[in-house]
Amino acid sequence: MAEEVLVFGAWGSPFSRRVEMALKLKGIEYKYIEEDITNKSPSLLKYNPVHKKIPVLVHNGKPVAESLVILEYIDETWKDSPILSKDPYERANARFWAKFIDEKCLSAIFKACWGEEKEHEKALEEASELLQFLENELKEKRYFGGETVGLLDIAANIIGYWLGVFEEASGVELMTREKFPKLCNWANEFVSVSAIKENLPPREKLIAYFRNRFGVGTASK
Amino acid sequence: MAGEVVLLDCWPSMFGMRVRIALAEKGIKYEYKEQDLKNKNPLLLEMNPINKQIPVLIHNGKPVCESLIIVQYIDEVWNDKSSLLPSDPYQRAQARFWADFVDKKVYGASRKVWSTKGEEQEAGKREFFEILKTLEVELGDKPYFGGETFGYVDLSFITFYSWFQAYEVFGNINIEVECPKIIAWAKRCLQKESVAKTLPDQKKVYEFVAQMRKRFVSE
Repeated sequence: MAEEVLVFGAWGSPFSRRVEMALKLKGIEYKYIEEDITNKSPSLLKYNPVHKKIPVLVHNGKPVAESLVILEYIDETWKDSPILSKDPYERANARFWAKFIDEKCLSAIFKACWGEEKEHEKALEEASELLQFLENELKEKRYFGGETVGLLDIAANIIGYWLGVFEEASGVELMTREKFPKLCNWANEFVSVSAIKENLPPREKLIAYFRNRFGVGTASK
Repeated sequence: MAGEVVLLDCWPSMFGMRVRIALAEKGIKYEYKEQDLKNKNPLLLEMNPINKQIPVLIHNGKPVCESLIIVQYIDEVWNDKSSLLPSDPYQRAQARFWADFVDKKVYGASRKVWSTKGEEQEAGKREFFEILKTLEVELGDKPYFGGETFGYVDLSFITFYSWFQAYEVFGNINIEVECPKIIAWAKRCLQKESVAKTLPDQKKVYEFVAQMRKRFVSE
C-alpha cells in the first residue's frame, strides 16, 4: 500500500519541527502543510478537534496529535534509526526530561526573556536553574541520546536553537558558554546534524517574528 | 525483572494511585512509603531532586518519576502479563494522547472546583464539565476507554473518581446528572480488584480536601 504521511505545522514552531526532524532522521517522505494558526484550516480542525493545534501527523488518513506522542508513534512505526532506547529505564529517563522541557523550561525561558521587569532577576535565576539540570543530565555524552540523536535531543530543539533566537530577539543572555559549556557544545552538534539543520526555520526571520510579537525584551528596557 | 520495588507516595494523590493500580494489575510486590509533603524526607529529595514530588518509583535503587512515565515503565519491564498499553502503534498513540489530555486538563480544572469560590469557581466548574463531556464523547459506547478491557487511559482518569465527592460538595455540583456515562464507567472500573483495592474511600478524601481547602478559601 502506498504510504501517505502528512504533517500539519507552522514554520516557526519548535513542536512541528520536531516531527519533521524525526521523519527526516528516519528518511520518511512526507507532505508538509503550513497552517496559519490565526486562521486554522478545516482539515486541521477535523484532524485535531480536541486541541485544534499543530503539529498533527496524518498517516494513511489517521491523525496523531501532540508532538511527543507523535515522536513515539514515528519511532514505533518506522523502526530504522531508532530515537528511543530499548531499555525501559533509559526510555523513562528520556520521557521525563522531554516532559520537563515542555512543562517547565519553555515558560521559564519566556518569562526570563519577555516577562515583567520587576520579576526579571528571579525569572533569570529560575530559568538558569532549569538549564543547569539539563547541563548535568548531558554529562559527557555527545547527544542526550548518546552517540546518536534521540527523542530527547529532538524535544530539546527548543534549547538547541529557539533559545538562541529568543536571546537575540530579547537581548537577554541565558545560556552562556561560561555557565553551560556542555549545553552549548551539544547545541552546536545538534544543529549540525543534517536532518536537523534542514529543518530549522531561518534565524533572522524567526528573530524578527519574536521581536514583532513580544517586543524587544526585558533586558533592553 | 524482579528485584526491589519501593513507592514513595501520598495516599490521597490521584497520581500516586495510578502507579498503585499498575503495580496491582501486574501483581508486583513493593514497599510503600507514605510521604509527608510538608516535611520532605531526604530520600524523596534525593530520588526526585527536580520536582521534589510524589509519586516516585524506586526499582533496584533507581528512581522513575512522573506517574504516567512510571506506569509506562512498569508496563515495559513487567511485560509478561496484563498489558496496560495496546500493542498497535496507532492505538498506543491514541492512548498516550488521551492520558496526556487527562493530565493537562482534569487536575487544573478540578482544583478550581474545590479550592476557589465565586466567579473563579464558577468558571472552574464550567471548564471541569466541558472536559468531562469531551471524555464522555471519547468513551462513546465502549465499556472502557481502552475498548473491551481496562487500559492506560482508564487508569489515568479513574483515580480522580476518589475525589468526586469532594468536588461535588465544595463545588455544589452533581457529576452523575451532568455526565452519567462517566459515573457508569467509573463504577465498572471499580469492579476490578486492582482499582477497588487502590482507590481510597471518597469520604476519607473529602475530609482530607476539607482540611486543605481551609488554606485556600475563607468561609
